[in-house]
Amino acid sequence: MIRAESLSVRLGGRDVLHRVDLHVHRGEWLAVIGPNGAGKSTLLKAVMGVLDHQGEVAIEGRPGHGLKPRERARLIAYAPQTPALPPDMTVFDYALLGRTPYIPYLGRESRRDREITAGVLARLGLTSFAARRVGELSGGERQRVVLARALAQQAPVLLLDEPTTALDLGHQQQVLELVDRLRTADGLTVISTLHDLTLAGQYADTLLLLAGGRSVARGAPADVLTGPLVGEHFDARVMIEPGPGGRPVVHLVRGGT
Amino acid sequence: MLAEQATGRAQDPVAQVKPARARPGALLVGLALLAAVMIAGLLGGAADIAPWQVVLQVADWLPLVSVDSGLAPVEQGLLYELRLPRVLLAAVVGGLLAMAGAGYQGVFRNPLADPYLLGAAAGAGLTTTVAVVLLPDSAPSTPVAAFVGAVGGVFLAYGLGSAAGRNGGTATLVLAGVAVTSFLTAVQTFVQQLGVEELRRVYSWILGDVGGGWEQVRLVLPYAAVAAAVLMVHGRMLDVLAVGDEEAGALGVRAARVRFVVLLAASLATAAAVAVSGLIGFVGIVVPHVVRRLAGGSYRSVLPLSLIGGATFLVLADLLARTVIAPAELPIGVVTMFVGAPFFVAVLRMTRGTAT
Repeated sequence: MIRAESLSVRLGGRDVLHRVDLHVHRGEWLAVIGPNGAGKSTLLKAVMGVLDHQGEVAIEGRPGHGLKPRERARLIAYAPQTPALPPDMTVFDYALLGRTPYIPYLGRESRRDREITAGVLARLGLTSFAARRVGELSGGERQRVVLARALAQQAPVLLLDEPTTALDLGHQQQVLELVDRLRTADGLTVISTLHDLTLAGQYADTLLLLAGGRSVARGAPADVLTGPLVGEHFDARVMIEPGPGGRPVVHLVRGGT
Repeated sequence: MLAEQATGRAQDPVAQVKPARARPGALLVGLALLAAVMIAGLLGGAADIAPWQVVLQVADWLPLVSVDSGLAPVEQGLLYELRLPRVLLAAVVGGLLAMAGAGYQGVFRNPLADPYLLGAAAGAGLTTTVAVVLLPDSAPSTPVAAFVGAVGGVFLAYGLGSAAGRNGGTATLVLAGVAVTSFLTAVQTFVQQLGVEELRRVYSWILGDVGGGWEQVRLVLPYAAVAAAVLMVHGRMLDVLAVGDEEAGALGVRAARVRFVVLLAASLATAAAVAVSGLIGFVGIVVPHVVRRLAGGSYRSVLPLSLIGGATFLVLADLLARTVIAPAELPIGVVTMFVGAPFFVAVLRMTRGTAT
């Protein structure tokens, strides 16, 4: 479904990402975890193609290099960590931006584009917000609006960079449950970065642990979220317990380094 | 919780929310205002002509229409040879400057960007001063010199900005524009002091003048049409740019390319306006902001409404410039600033908190 081989990114003479491989099946959720500065966001941007990189990305068997930006945007949707939200734009107009890859360069949106956008808003419970300005929304509403824009792209692959940043517990759960439901309903492939290791282990099928721009571990949550791996790469003292569904729960332990 | 909100309004949501575009109502109001101001501009303080006579006369000028306005041939000549080109030139220049301002603001994602930011005015100021001082007998070449200077200034700023900043970042471009403007202004002042006897002509150009007649209207129209058309069709793209280059890229838009095209069109508009009217400040920054406050921030409505609003504003400013201290005339640039600044502040206060 989506395959990246030997992805490397150099920024300012530094290897931010070094020969990372990626292989995600259709309908799979891959969570990219790792300490700050490990290259998680860079990896997503490289896969998205908005960052200069070396290595090959193939989406649905099509090489990324051969794709025009518009074609690529129909295959991968991307929700950034800190999206630029034009405060004056209405929720509807913002979500409609997701239709950009389908609207001719100088054309205007069709009725179908508007219907799809309205449908996505309805699915995310945002219909009553459609005419509200983006600048007036709360953190949780914003996150859903950004997700709505990505879903309006109707791409089979969804890249989410820290979709739960700055959300409280309930809203974190709401957003991740939503992504999970959409993934099951539409067969979406999801690649997300997640700060919270327990959450990553709860929702993702596979974890990819990055450290210093390199891939250091990948596999099922129980195989990646182990005391030694987390302790070494996050420089943290943790206790890991088996949680619901055999998925590990990560606790910080007081008196660590 | 999600389900509750979703069922809140179950009617057809597509029919309820319309994408941001210029509403026909707003366009009509704008055009009606523009027409009224243009009629007033044609009247322009003349003693013996009634407004309805001007309307009839305008109708008479239209092709395939013949109406008797009751005006004497002399009065008709006055209207046609002096007033009409003046009003038209003011409208075209005002529309161009306002639209160019909106374009620059969209491209730079900076509400303070204006047509003079990128060295267009300074470039035009320099070449015009050189033309006036070094070739005092060549008055007709002034617009050409201004045009060359405006385009040259913008390209200089754009070249320096692109060379200095990777990925064509907007901040570097703006800084390059500021540097180019300062340098060119310094050179212009130097040249101007070399030819003190021409100072008056240089100043009258710097303060702006739309009294150039039909010749100037014909000169500016082709460029105006091209620039306005290119800017107008890029409204939706400028809305996409509002989410930043990276996200625009993720939506399949080549941001640098869009920016270059819009920049080119806005600079062409600025250069054309400067060439026929001199330096008229404040239109490019005030009008798009007023439009934004009144009709929302989408460039799909800001661009067309700025065109109409800028035209209206400058025709009105020219009318004031001609009548306030009649029979003498104020430079139009003084009026735009004198009227524009307080008006701008008033609109900012009135609509406080509704839009940025």
